Amino acid sequence: MLLKITFTQQRRVRLAQGLWLMSWLAVMSGAFIFCLGVYLKTELLRRAEVMDNTEIHMVPNILMMVGLVSIGTNWVATRVCQDSLDASRFPRWKLLLMAWFAVAMLLCCLLLAVVVLSYALQGRLEESLKVGLRNGIRFYKDTDVPGRCFQKETIDRLQMEFRCCGNNNFKDWFEVQWVSNRYLDFTSKDVKDRIRSNVDGRYLLDGVPFSCCNPASPRPCLQYHLTDNSAHYSYDYQAEELNLYSRGCRQALTDYYMEMMNSTGPGVLSVILIQMSVLVSLRYLQTAVEGATALEDPEGESVGYLLEKGVKETFEDVKANVLDILKFAQVDPSAAEGSPGAEDAEKPADNTTEKAASPTPSPAS
Amino acid sequence: MPFMPVKFNLQKRVKLAQGLWMLYWFSVIAGILIFSLGIFFKIELRKRSEMMDNNESHLVPNLLILVGLLACGLNAFGGKVCHDSLDPIKFSKWKPMLKTYLLLCCGFNVLLVLVSLLCFLMQFSVYLTLAEGLSYAIRFYKDTDTPGRCFMKRTLDMTQIEFHCCGNNNFRDWFEVQWISNRYLDMSNDVVKDRVLSNVEGKYLMDSVPFSCCNPGSPRPCIQHHLTNNSAHYDYDHRTEELNIWTRGCLEALFSYYSSLMSSIGVFVLFAIILESVDMAGLKYLSTALETMAEPENPECESEGWLLEKGVKETFSDLLTKLKTFGRTNQVEGGDAPEANT
Repeated sequence: MLLKITFTQQRRVRLAQGLWLMSWLAVMSGAFIFCLGVYLKTELLRRAEVMDNTEIHMVPNILMMVGLVSIGTNWVATRVCQDSLDASRFPRWKLLLMAWFAVAMLLCCLLLAVVVLSYALQGRLEESLKVGLRNGIRFYKDTDVPGRCFQKETIDRLQMEFRCCGNNNFKDWFEVQWVSNRYLDFTSKDVKDRIRSNVDGRYLLDGVPFSCCNPASPRPCLQYHLTDNSAHYSYDYQAEELNLYSRGCRQALTDYYMEMMNSTGPGVLSVILIQMSVLVSLRYLQTAVEGATALEDPEGESVGYLLEKGVKETFEDVKANVLDILKFAQVDPSAAEGSPGAEDAEKPADNTTEKAASPTPSPAS
Repeated sequence: MPFMPVKFNLQKRVKLAQGLWMLYWFSVIAGILIFSLGIFFKIELRKRSEMMDNNESHLVPNLLILVGLLACGLNAFGGKVCHDSLDPIKFSKWKPMLKTYLLLCCGFNVLLVLVSLLCFLMQFSVYLTLAEGLSYAIRFYKDTDTPGRCFMKRTLDMTQIEFHCCGNNNFRDWFEVQWISNRYLDMSNDVVKDRVLSNVEGKYLMDSVPFSCCNPGSPRPCIQHHLTNNSAHYDYDHRTEELNIWTRGCLEALFSYYSSLMSSIGVFVLFAIILESVDMAGLKYLSTALETMAEPENPECESEGWLLEKGVKETFSDLLTKLKTFGRTNQVEGGDAPEANT
């Protein structure tokens, strides 16, 4: 017996009551996990336009599913606790409890997987943001193309809210044409020069949109002719720090989401702890109550344990059971075909066993 | 003849006590809510006190905080009294205090009415403070090197971005002030010299607005400078252009935010007044029902509860005569003293 504890009637009652409370606590924590998943999912969906793929959505999806299943599972545990001290009502839960333990273990494993995933998927999130932001910056000017007409507003609001500019930094804006051709005067010399200055015929300028402007700058925002020191009074491009946001939006968004997921880490770990303790206590309660019902005096002492035999033996038993089920499944189709052959094979086997059995009694007698 | 009498048997009394206990705890929660609303309102006023020239009146949030705390205390006491009401020994402890307690509750209700009125009336004061504060804010936008005003630029920019507004009444307010500091103006430049000489006070005025007035929803990259000059930009007409910059003034935007906040707090306080009145009525019924038990030893006996011992008119006239006799006793004493002297 693994980790056995003796339980008096009073202790069993206390255990049932305590477990009932803890199961309701576990129901609350399941609801908390579900709400956490919903919150993460909404935050990810809000910025879905600057993300290229939805791999990161695995984390909130698993959280939501685990939350819902956990609510149901722990509610079942509360019902079991309520029936546990009534000898007539408890036996009907017997079969369900095996399945319950399996489901509870699975939930704990899934929650652990979520914690691991939230760290492991950081690289994928960055990649997704890189591609999404690059597209957003490229399509910034396409406010007349259906399907892309809100890219400008999205990127502007993003840069203002997260205090960032461009993908890696503000120079990303120098490499794309972010002013639509509709607003360019093609008869102007300046415009014609700029368009001819590069192979693709794009209107590139050393300027950024207004959403890159930093309100904390002591000087009114300088957006255009950023690399030209003589275009502005008392301006040095290399030394100017506060004029625009210096952080790139990819870094800003990755930091934001990583911080969100890291802050949920302790919460998820404590929920795992609660679920494990409910599991262990329910196992003790089950074995103690079953032991008590088997006694002559149901109010007497009984022994509660985690596993009936040691870890290795239980493992061997489970393996044997699983193999039996598999063999049972295998034997059935072959038995249907070769049943006469099997019977013939069995008969000489029986004879040999009988022959082997018969000599043994004579030396004994 | 008592006012609004109701017959009570044991079961009804027990139900009344239990229901009233729950209602008192709801009122405690309402008191906590009023307290937190007061704190929230105070924080919101402090956040934007620069926009109001640090002149804003904190009367309403302070009152709300006080009223919230008082409500919690009074209602918790009421809940305790209800809890003990069905046990005659415990209830006899509270009996003498009940009259004072009900009078206190009356006074508290009057205070709540006053707070609710203030929530609606103080909105005018907020409007005036905002108007004055914003005009100062726009004037001091450029003074990022003056101690005490160096964060005005950032605050005003963040406000315009957050509330989707530009200027005090509209964006033209920016045309009337110099919002670029002299530190960033090249005084040897002809254009700058022309602009500075063009007005009496020597201010560098231009038809431009800061970047925080820009509307991200515009299909076109933001046009901030030379707003009234159609030829300065390709395909631009300043009279028909709508989405380029925010058209709403910050006075209107901020005032609508604060007025909706204050109105909803006022409505909630009205709801709290109704809740308190119901509590008071219930407690009066419960206390009179327990007092008028024909056989105090037998808990199962019937009793009668009422709101006022006599009718409304008679109670009112009683109150008046009491006040008059109170005044007259003072006078009589004054009359006796000179007689005693002579």
